[in-house]
Amino acid sequence: MNAGLNKLLIILGLASAALLTGCERPPIDAVQTGFRGTAMVEINNPRTQEKLAAENIVPVSVAASPDGPKASAVYKNVQVLGNLSEAQFTSFMVAMTAWIAPNEGCGYCHNVQNFADDSVYTKSVSRTMIQMTQAINSNWNTHVKDTGVTCYTCHRGNAIPKEVWFETAEKKKGGMLGNRNGQNMPSPVVGYSSLPNQPFSSYFLAGKDAARVTGPTALPNGHVKSIQETESVFAVMIHQSNALGVNCTYCHNSRAFAEWEQSPPQRAQAWYGIQMVKDVNSNYIVPITSVFPPHRLGPDGDVAKTNCATCHQGVNKPLLGKSMLKEFPYLVGPPAGMPLKVAQQK
Amino acid sequence: MMEYQNLFTQTQVTGPASHGVPINAYDMRERTKPFGFSYLMGVIGNAQLGPIYLGRLGVASLMFGITAFVLIGFNMLAQVDWNPIQFVRQLFWLSLDPPAPKYGLTFPPMNEGGWWLIAGLFTTISIMLWWYRTYRRAIALGMGTHVPWAFAAAIWLFLVLGLIRPVLMGSWAEAVPFGIFSHLDWTTAFSIRYGNLFYNPFHMLSIVFLYGSVLLFAMHGATILAVSRFGGEREIEQIVDRGTASERAGLFWRWTMGFNATMESIHRWAWWFAVLTPITGGIGILLTGTVVDNWYLWGVKHGIAPAYPAYFEVVADPALSAPMAPSAIQGAK
Repeated sequence: MNAGLNKLLIILGLASAALLTGCERPPIDAVQTGFRGTAMVEINNPRTQEKLAAENIVPVSVAASPDGPKASAVYKNVQVLGNLSEAQFTSFMVAMTAWIAPNEGCGYCHNVQNFADDSVYTKSVSRTMIQMTQAINSNWNTHVKDTGVTCYTCHRGNAIPKEVWFETAEKKKGGMLGNRNGQNMPSPVVGYSSLPNQPFSSYFLAGKDAARVTGPTALPNGHVKSIQETESVFAVMIHQSNALGVNCTYCHNSRAFAEWEQSPPQRAQAWYGIQMVKDVNSNYIVPITSVFPPHRLGPDGDVAKTNCATCHQGVNKPLLGKSMLKEFPYLVGPPAGMPLKVAQQK
Repeated sequence: MMEYQNLFTQTQVTGPASHGVPINAYDMRERTKPFGFSYLMGVIGNAQLGPIYLGRLGVASLMFGITAFVLIGFNMLAQVDWNPIQFVRQLFWLSLDPPAPKYGLTFPPMNEGGWWLIAGLFTTISIMLWWYRTYRRAIALGMGTHVPWAFAAAIWLFLVLGLIRPVLMGSWAEAVPFGIFSHLDWTTAFSIRYGNLFYNPFHMLSIVFLYGSVLLFAMHGATILAVSRFGGEREIEQIVDRGTASERAGLFWRWTMGFNATMESIHRWAWWFAVLTPITGGIGILLTGTVVDNWYLWGVKHGIAPAYPAYFEVVADPALSAPMAPSAIQGAK
């Protein structure tokens, strides 16, 4: 009897240990962020936090003097950064190389025989990306505050930022069977749920849907949002949660997801972030699609676009909230409303 | 006279197989022969397997049910390019989804929900036939029809989710997909879309009856096991001939909570709690979207959703003060 009980306990112990292998080990830090009893808690694993801190170290840079001859006077064909001093301009070029093409060097964007030449496609991409960075820092303070962004916020030493998205070409198989409906497969994008695994094209482009699926009044009033649309919003929210390393209650009171009055202030900042991503994708990135060679494009011939993870990369404040704008003050563009020249879409 | 008595013991006593009570020649004809005895079955139930009464209803129900099962399975297999290893690995994610909202209640192309409709129809036919079979077998044995009506309560919830509510909403897209994770995602999305189902009073009732069923089941099972040493398993006999087991069990509950169910009423408690779980749940689902669009706001309106003290600065909807992202106008940003 006792031997049987022992055997049972051992089996149960091993089975529960096996079931728990997918979990994070305690202790986990929990910080109350809302009224007691509403389950508004921020949960952080200190081991993960350490790892993220190591991944989000800001590279050391030195501010160059704004005095001296202007870059436009010293170099030819400086279209965007002409009002920088020569010292600022060259130090920024060096910094950009370290941020984006540390192994390839200047030749990644420049014709090294003639630096003024625009023949390398990456040079014109960089020009638009600098304009985009300036526009983000001057027009989207509602999201980036005074911290701002630089090339490094997204690139982190990669020519293409690690986290980007493409349209997915839905494969039609045979016609009769096998439609996955753009969902129902394990995808890290949506936290391995069976939710739609590419929700971005429905929300992260200008003129696309708002995420407002919940009924706005107690009784039906003609607000028609299907369960499928809700799942799509759910999917893009899971993406945000993953991208920022936070749970739902970071921005929502889960008793009433839609109610702004009960939401933490981060929700409004996230809303501006979504508008910013729409602006950035539709006004800076999609228009230069034709500049890219085919191997840089997605399966549908579309350009790599941004989502929340492009900058955030697992933390609620990119680079843990450290600003690099002090060293690179010229990355704050002309004030809002001043038109920037953007490459025409062919 | 020999009398069959079910004894509370883990010892398995094997005798000649019992073919059950004779009813009439027709029903005897439809019964299979007993399969024999299984030790493992004896550990969890009666060691004797069979006789099964399949009958025409059972055969028809199995045919429809197996067809639906195979239709869903082959749809899932096609989704992984007929790769059996991927089928097993991704099984929990795979799903046969209902049609998109644009198809309303019309019949969509096969690969866009047509198979879902057919599989759903076959599942429904199979379940209805199986229900009628349980009803007919209960009548044939001269039993009450408590089991079929309890089964009907579950069928009610199934029909509300997959047929009645989608028809009232005018769209098959409102129905539940056939899939492990996908139906769970559906459940969460359903609650989010309709403003938190926890504020739906029928959902509350359903939870009460669900947890109540669990509690009653545990109380009753524990009570009978605890008095089995006094013959407590002969529950029904003890209704008319109260022995020491029933006396002690009743006294235990009067001591601990001042009241006890009887050997008869505890089964009515259990039956009603179990049956009311899907009945109230089904009513709650049926009202969602048809007459209530946001249960949280409905709860506020009717004073069941408390307001909490402000904890952070109140956020206004930024879409009211700030424009949405500018549309893509090239060169004019």
